[in-house]
Amino acid sequence: MSIALPEEEIAPLNYFLHSYGPASTPTLHLGWVFASIVAMVFLIVAALLIAALVHKRQPDTGKIDNDDNGLRWIYIGTGISTFLLFGMAVYALLTLNAITKPPQPPALTLTITGYDWWWKVEYEHDDPRLNFVTANEIHIPVGVPVLVKLKSADVIHAFWVPVLAGKTQMIPGLINRQWLQADIPGIYRGECTQYCGLQHAHMALEVVAQSPAEFRQWQAAQRKPAVLSSASDIDAGRKTFMDHCSGCHSIRGTEAVGAHAPDLTHLKSRRLIAGGTFVNTPEQQKQWIAHAQELKPGARMPSMVLSPAEMASLSAFLSTLD
Amino acid sequence: MTDSADSSLIRVPEVGCAPRGSDAEIRLASLWETPPGWRGWLSTVDHKTIGLRYLVTAFLFLLLGGIEALIMRLQLARPDQTLLTPEQYSQLFTMHGVTMIFLYALPVLSGFSNYLWPLMLGSRDMAFPRLNALSYWLFLFAGLFLYASFPLGQAPNDGWFNYVPLTDRLYNTGPNIDVYALGMVLLGISTTVGSINFIVTLFRMRTPGMSIDRVPILVWGTLTASVANVFAIPVVSLAFFMLWLDRQFGTHFFDVVNGGKPLLWQHLFWMFGHPWVYAVVLPAMGIVSDALPTFCRRPLVGYAPVALSTMATMLLGFGVWIHHMFATGLPSLALSFFGATSMVISIPSAVAVFAWIATIWLGRPVFNTPFLFFAGFVLLFVIGGLSGVMVAAVPLDFQLNETYFVVAHLHYVLLGINVFPVVGGIYYWFPKFFGRMMSETLGKWSFWVMFIGFNAGFFPMHIAGLLGMPRRIYTYAPNMGWNTVNLITSVGAFVFAAGLLLFLVNVVVSLRRGALAAENPWAAPTLEWATPSPPPAYNFAVIPIIASRHPLWEDWVDEGYGRSSLETGYLLMEGRETLGTTPLDARPDVILKMPDDSYAPFFLGLFSSLVFAGMLLHAWDFTGLMVMASSLSLIAWLWPSKALAQRVPAIKTDKGVAHV
Repeated sequence: MSIALPEEEIAPLNYFLHSYGPASTPTLHLGWVFASIVAMVFLIVAALLIAALVHKRQPDTGKIDNDDNGLRWIYIGTGISTFLLFGMAVYALLTLNAITKPPQPPALTLTITGYDWWWKVEYEHDDPRLNFVTANEIHIPVGVPVLVKLKSADVIHAFWVPVLAGKTQMIPGLINRQWLQADIPGIYRGECTQYCGLQHAHMALEVVAQSPAEFRQWQAAQRKPAVLSSASDIDAGRKTFMDHCSGCHSIRGTEAVGAHAPDLTHLKSRRLIAGGTFVNTPEQQKQWIAHAQELKPGARMPSMVLSPAEMASLSAFLSTLD
Repeated sequence: MTDSADSSLIRVPEVGCAPRGSDAEIRLASLWETPPGWRGWLSTVDHKTIGLRYLVTAFLFLLLGGIEALIMRLQLARPDQTLLTPEQYSQLFTMHGVTMIFLYALPVLSGFSNYLWPLMLGSRDMAFPRLNALSYWLFLFAGLFLYASFPLGQAPNDGWFNYVPLTDRLYNTGPNIDVYALGMVLLGISTTVGSINFIVTLFRMRTPGMSIDRVPILVWGTLTASVANVFAIPVVSLAFFMLWLDRQFGTHFFDVVNGGKPLLWQHLFWMFGHPWVYAVVLPAMGIVSDALPTFCRRPLVGYAPVALSTMATMLLGFGVWIHHMFATGLPSLALSFFGATSMVISIPSAVAVFAWIATIWLGRPVFNTPFLFFAGFVLLFVIGGLSGVMVAAVPLDFQLNETYFVVAHLHYVLLGINVFPVVGGIYYWFPKFFGRMMSETLGKWSFWVMFIGFNAGFFPMHIAGLLGMPRRIYTYAPNMGWNTVNLITSVGAFVFAAGLLLFLVNVVVSLRRGALAAENPWAAPTLEWATPSPPPAYNFAVIPIIASRHPLWEDWVDEGYGRSSLETGYLLMEGRETLGTTPLDARPDVILKMPDDSYAPFFLGLFSSLVFAGMLLHAWDFTGLMVMASSLSLIAWLWPSKALAQRVPAIKTDKGVAHV
């Protein structure tokens, strides 16, 4: 079951043909140049090999002809290879230099922490009261570099949004840094690329690049605690949540302060759930809550045994978290 | 030691002939032959038997690893498959890697080298025959050890590179990782003693006249790999032992909470891991460098550059391990250095490629099955090398690392540079091993099916990687753009497996019905082809005296050093004996007394493996008992024996013979 994306093949991680920001575009060009050189070298060497196999030869004299020691092949072949490799190495190092640092100081810093198998996202502000936490979905303003600090809460993961930047490991005990920038608004998919246990295959995230105005709007909304209405079925759902879910999940503004699982304060604002695995609809939510262990075997989220009434009210409660 | 105080101890070995059926030959055979039956089976130290055991065992592991791969390819053929649970998939990809890299790739080459070295070098056995037997038994038991928990569904399951902290006890509570850790330490002993044996054999056991610039390239390859192993294995053994201590006794080498460093594991693992990659390809490249010229009817172009590039590769190979760790957040200055070395390391490979192509160009290729494998190998080597240059570029590696592009690259390298030469090498040396030729028709079929299947299976993996498919995912969504490439890869994998099956059928059929092989069916130049097929237990009735790099081609090509003497040489038959020579020039130096068959290696191997089993199960009494049993085996092994006493330390060099 995978419904996080439209059914047709869209190849959201195709970094070889697509790049949407200055942290990955130099690498995109490097990839094209290297791939062309490599393909050309292959064709030349393959042609040499085939010619060597089939070219016409002098009639056989019965003697083994060792007059031509053939060393010029090695001199010329290795000589050309060396020059080519030297050029490629220089180009690669220049590219590395171009992507190591952003062209201007980052406008925004956020911390992403890898968990088995989801991502915690913390937005920092000079005023600590304006910090906020979300999960699995990163919003950034277009056109400016964003500094990402990478941490891990358990094992080694790797953060990779290929059409925006290369990957960096998230290593427990270390804080790695990487920057990325999106020049075009859009939704860019990321994946964990370091094997991190059973559900490594289902540890994805999305980067939502927005115009600065939209981003500020989103940021302001995320900073607020949850606003809860008090209809009776929502109260029942809230009780179910506090009984069954709050040990791990938190909702700012309520007594749910669990820290082991994604913060759900603004759950409804997210496009995907379960580490980028399912689309965030009430139906998928209910499926996920009831059958987490079948859909994502080994995930830290248990399959919850709830009565239909409990499930309905819980779902109603979750739908208020916008 | 050239002069002994007691000159009566000095013995000058007789020089003479010992044609088949002569009294001398019969006496030699009785000295060297292993008695039949299970006793001989457990006690033999014949390098040829040990070499074949290595080959057969490694091939069985290749089949196991291959079956694991095919099951994974079924799971990945279509998106969202549920053939395997995530846990089963993890164990399969881990055991696939462990099996192929540790239990197939190096042991199979050790098999060739064990069998061929003494024959190529003109000796009657390896320098330490009992150590050789021990090395095999330990390899076998370590292999069984690593598989012991597989039937219980508890096999190693965190990938062959086994990164901490995922493999700490906190995240992996079962015996899976302990089996891997202890199994690797055990296997490391086998590899280390084997490597030491190769090194000493090269420098001590070459026949007179085979100066260091006349040894076959396979010998250079295995020597280089062995020296590298002696340096690299302790690193990984230590790392695995530290991991085991962390897991079982609460030490904190890798434990983050208590100041341990997960990155330390990556450094230790790859400091070993990268040299190991070269250790499993350089001897295979040697196979090609030695066998290709036979089918091109001319000597290898650039013997010296190829031999030197072999060693240069290994030397550089110790300075590139960081390229497995470009994405760990190391400073970009360090990355630049290791990225540049990783590109420089392709220069020695270019030397080898152009040497092979020039050999073909300037020669007269005979399109036999082994030649097809070697020529095909050159193409796969080039593809694997070029994709290697792409991943060596640091910024590109930030994208390619941990995607299927790397999976494609490493399979082109390991299958292309190891499996193709190995299969070609078996076609080539099969007549020497068993005295029968393999079928050419089946052979050509097996080559083309393998070659097409391999490329169909593994080339699309490059594309999957460029489309962003990460390694080690047990399934994928249908809309990621990976469906078609994965389906093609799965089909290709099965075609490749069918080709390998054809090869195995060919082996079985040819063992029974192959045409009988003469001494030198391919008209090859090197010394192993001077012995009967299969070679007798003593290898050479007389220790030959060599005058050129191609002793069997001296009728057709004049290298300007006179003629080798193959029929007349040192007799040496007062017990099991062979000749020790000087390290560089191979002048006769000492008569080496070789050990008889012995049970000690088997029992030492068995008991020391049981020591590890005891440690795994925390059965400390049993472990202690087994340590004692191992010590007793070692005492029995080292017990002084009159027959082995080096009572004749020096040979008075007979100048007329030794310097032909």
